[in-house]
Amino acid sequence: MMSTFFAMNGYGFYIWSAYGVAALVLVLEILALRSRRRTVLAEAHLTMPDDADNATEGAG
Amino acid sequence: MSLNWFKYASPATFYPLAGKMIPWFAWAAALLAAAGLYLGLVVAPTDFQQGDAYRIIFIHVPAAWMSMFLYVVMAAWSALALGFNTRLSAMMAQAIAPTGAVMTFIALWTGAFWGRPTWGTYWAWDARMTSELILLFLYFGIIALRHAIDDPRRADRACGVLALTGVVNIPIIYFSVQWWNSLHQGSSVSLTRAPAMAAIMLTGMLIMSLAAWFYAIAASLARVRTIIVDRERGAAWVSELPEVRNA
Repeated sequence: MMSTFFAMNGYGFYIWSAYGVAALVLVLEILALRSRRRTVLAEAHLTMPDDADNATEGAG
Repeated sequence: MSLNWFKYASPATFYPLAGKMIPWFAWAAALLAAAGLYLGLVVAPTDFQQGDAYRIIFIHVPAAWMSMFLYVVMAAWSALALGFNTRLSAMMAQAIAPTGAVMTFIALWTGAFWGRPTWGTYWAWDARMTSELILLFLYFGIIALRHAIDDPRRADRACGVLALTGVVNIPIIYFSVQWWNSLHQGSSVSLTRAPAMAAIMLTGMLIMSLAAWFYAIAASLARVRTIIVDRERGAAWVSELPEVRNA
């Protein structure tokens, strides 16, 4: 049952290569977004002035 | 002159709004993709001409549509940024480019794995495929140009000009199957003709297209939030964000 589904009447290799790589690329994009967000938030934290409430510009 | 919608044209007000919108678009994309994949891979019958190879259509066509559509949206944001010197528009253009490149890559890759069983080749230098490959290079060029210029406002202008120049490629991709003899088939869906496919296949494809739309919106919004924090770093409101304080 499952194996006939994955076989796709002989086209399994083409279908799963297409779907698999598409899914992989989307997962990689999401992971890249996450890691970039973490980096940028950490960098922004470093430029945070000591007293963030009164500052208008990062003191570095 | 303070129209209400200008309120969200500033990065500081758009940042929290985008944050609220992302989960909605992400969940909508996930649910639609699940429904579309079920329709496309399980429910839809085997095609009498192409066998099951045609099932690649459910990702190929949505990705190809998004690759062109996102380019036009990116160019429109770039035009706004160039015309009115608005920061958020330029950031939106910057945020869309990588997702556009992802969609273009998926369209090319899935096309290759559809072409092999149906035409006997992964690739041909035909008008549709070549112009779509140029689209991928345009996205890469815009991303690379951004990284090559240190001053973000200058990078905005340079990338904007390149993005607008590249718009000429979009009608070339779209009409390539009419203008030239192409290995690639003509469009399966058109506003003026009845669709050349069964209703269940069309439904699956449209649901997958909606999923691709919502995914692209969620990814672009997530990226623009990161870009906003990166470029507005040092501003008081950024320093006050809990995610920055606790980073």
